[in-house]
Amino acid sequence: MERITLEIDGKKVKAEEGMTLLQAAESIGVEIPTLCHHEDLEPYGACRLCTVEIIKSERTRLVAACCYPVENGLIVKTDSERVNKIRKMILELLLPLAPTGPLMTLATKYGLCEYVKKSEEESEWKVKEFRFPAEEPTYCTLCGLCVRYCAEVTKENVIGFIGRGIDRQVALVPGKCCISCRECESICEGGKFMDKFVSLLEL
Amino acid sequence: MGKIKSASELSKLRQKILSKRDPKKPCITICSGTGCHAYASEKVSNAFQEELKKQKLEKAVDIKRTGCHGFCEKGPIVVIYPKEICYLQVKPEDVTDIVSQTIKEGKIVGRLLYTDPHTNEKIVHESEIPFYKHQKRLIFGNNRKIDPKNIEDYIALGGYKALAKVLFELTPKQVLEEVKKASLRGRGGGGFPAGRKWETTRNANGEPKYVIVNCDEGDPGAYMDRSLMEGNPHSILEGFIIGAYAIGSHEGFIYVRQEYPLAVENTEIAIHQAEEYGLLGEDIIGSGFGFNVKIHRGAGAFVSGESSALVSAIEGKVGEPKPKYIHTAVKGLWGKPTCLNNVETWANVPFIIDNGAEWFKSLGTSNSKGTKIFSLVGKVNNTGLVEVPMGMSLREIIYDIGGGIPNGKKLKAVQTGGPSGGVIPKSLIDTPVDFDELAKLDSMMGSGGMIVMDTDTCMVDIARYFVKFLSEESCGKCVPCREGLRHMLRLLNNITSGKGNAGDIERLEELSEFTRDASLCALGTTAPNPVLSTLKYFRNEYEAHINEKRCPASVCRELIAYYIDPEKCQACGICTKNCPTGAISGKKGIVHVIDQKKCIKCGACIDVCPERFGAIEKISGESIPLVPKSMKVKSIR
Repeated sequence: MERITLEIDGKKVKAEEGMTLLQAAESIGVEIPTLCHHEDLEPYGACRLCTVEIIKSERTRLVAACCYPVENGLIVKTDSERVNKIRKMILELLLPLAPTGPLMTLATKYGLCEYVKKSEEESEWKVKEFRFPAEEPTYCTLCGLCVRYCAEVTKENVIGFIGRGIDRQVALVPGKCCISCRECESICEGGKFMDKFVSLLEL
Repeated sequence: MGKIKSASELSKLRQKILSKRDPKKPCITICSGTGCHAYASEKVSNAFQEELKKQKLEKAVDIKRTGCHGFCEKGPIVVIYPKEICYLQVKPEDVTDIVSQTIKEGKIVGRLLYTDPHTNEKIVHESEIPFYKHQKRLIFGNNRKIDPKNIEDYIALGGYKALAKVLFELTPKQVLEEVKKASLRGRGGGGFPAGRKWETTRNANGEPKYVIVNCDEGDPGAYMDRSLMEGNPHSILEGFIIGAYAIGSHEGFIYVRQEYPLAVENTEIAIHQAEEYGLLGEDIIGSGFGFNVKIHRGAGAFVSGESSALVSAIEGKVGEPKPKYIHTAVKGLWGKPTCLNNVETWANVPFIIDNGAEWFKSLGTSNSKGTKIFSLVGKVNNTGLVEVPMGMSLREIIYDIGGGIPNGKKLKAVQTGGPSGGVIPKSLIDTPVDFDELAKLDSMMGSGGMIVMDTDTCMVDIARYFVKFLSEESCGKCVPCREGLRHMLRLLNNITSGKGNAGDIERLEELSEFTRDASLCALGTTAPNPVLSTLKYFRNEYEAHINEKRCPASVCRELIAYYIDPEKCQACGICTKNCPTGAISGKKGIVHVIDQKKCIKCGACIDVCPERFGAIEKISGESIPLVPKSMKVKSIR
């Protein structure tokens, strides 16, 4: 296996061929936020939250760290202004759809929401401003974790995507029988695995 | 017909086909492309058969149903050889005259000829019609001479000669070098050098290697790949086999939209015939080289034209793009090296082999060689498919070939490159059309869509239309494309319906930049182009919609009102009769008035108001003048 040396946020990193930038960053403790990534699943590259800036032959590019393979001599910036602007926008667009814990925690780091203490016992997340409102929260970011886990790990293919573009949504595949493993529920990043599914699946 | 087993057998077959054909024998060709088909060219063709039979001429005259001629505005097109007499908009009832006069007596049926709208001159020969005269129909030209269902027509014109040359005189490496030297760039949109792509696949590790024809054309108003696939499938097949030989592939796929039934049918026939003649399959022309082709019918998604999505679709999965940090050329179909090119790109290959890279390079501009087929549509007199050398200016295409703007209107802008292309304003129409020049203007070549817009076009509405198309055709997988487009569309809907707010333009710019930079595939990264280019050149229109609630082109329904000018109205009553909601009041001698509360702004009144009165107008951004009750009509002086 060929050893590859690259630079992440100014630090030299040794990596193995076939590793992704996300894995290389993790190996030296550089944290890159993710939403649709899961180590048991194939890289998907859909949420784009792990976007990083790479410099290669003096050209700068924005790539998804969960999918981009390590390369010798590559310079990676995981925390640049451009990168943070993109992450902030992704969270700003997703928050109104899934205003729940996991997303709020991430969004706090980018100054999009705050944790407000209401009383001694009570406190809540508060979104500072909804610049891009959703009609109503769906509690689903369409990250596909449930769909892919059901397909790739449990190999049941009970959940799938329907619709295209802005009409995309998660739905049950007709005629498929759920084995009630409940993995989809625990893996859900929207924070609240669609109640309707749980009831439909009669878990 | 047995299989052809050598290059000399192929040329003998060509001689045999030609010797059986008398070039002096009259031949009636009827365009049977999709455009003419929609104009009932089949009925015209049947009428010719019956008429020839009736006049006992069926042996003396040939009939050929050809591929698309391109001048779709004037279909069905009939061209009579050997004199190349061209009749336009032919109906079955014209057939008797054509046979009795032109075929029997050699006379011209004047009423069916093309009339130059500027000089009123009648033009007899197809190639002399301005629409054709200014073109360079290299790839598309043979469509009109060929019955796409008959391989012998293609062979007669020198078809498969390039393939024989490649198989017997050149090594795969030499073929590759020739295509590289010709600087052929991909015609599907990206403009990536085809030779370099071929080389990457050839040199990539992994067997088998696959090659693919991308015929998933899906841009609104674009149909050049479709017409080529329908009209001359063997030219694509020949280029495809040559490419496979150069790359070292023995298995190929032609991805055709299911919605293109004639393209699917003609390609199926072409593959079958080519196999029958030994030009496809095992041991092609006795050379030992084998290559098999399968058709994959696309389930109709615009995004499936993206290479990684197309590959997924052929694999039987959902046609969704995947991150392409390792190119399809290296790791594509079933993880194997895969070279994917557009229909037109493959069709260029036999010409390069036949005539040489140097000849090909003599056409076009410094970095864009050869010709390009465009689908010229919208507000232009001669809509249709045009093929021109790279570097021809937009002005020449729109005015010399397209015949300018209809109804005395003026040009406003041209949209190039399909839905994710950009809008180019009139002030820049002297720009030479090639890959790099269009990119400089924030537009792109795309696959060759060219939509002409006149001054009645609202540029904000255009941006809204394309963003809506893309928001529905995006796969919806990645956040920047899906959510970015969702909110761009929401803002554009607001602006065009009079609900725009200060700050919307900046928000559109912010979203556009985000979607462009962060999306997963090229659909997303180019999707903001319609917004960015209209903002760049027509920002004042956005401002008028937002700040003054005015649509300068009087298009956006919620921002306009229909008004009858009391000075011009002659109280003829036509508008009152045609108004579907009964919104127009008025009687004989009394000026008609539109009740704005009842008006649904369908525009029926403006369409029916006699041109000599021209009393109805659209008002935007200003209050509707009050008309005194029961005002009497002023007579026309």
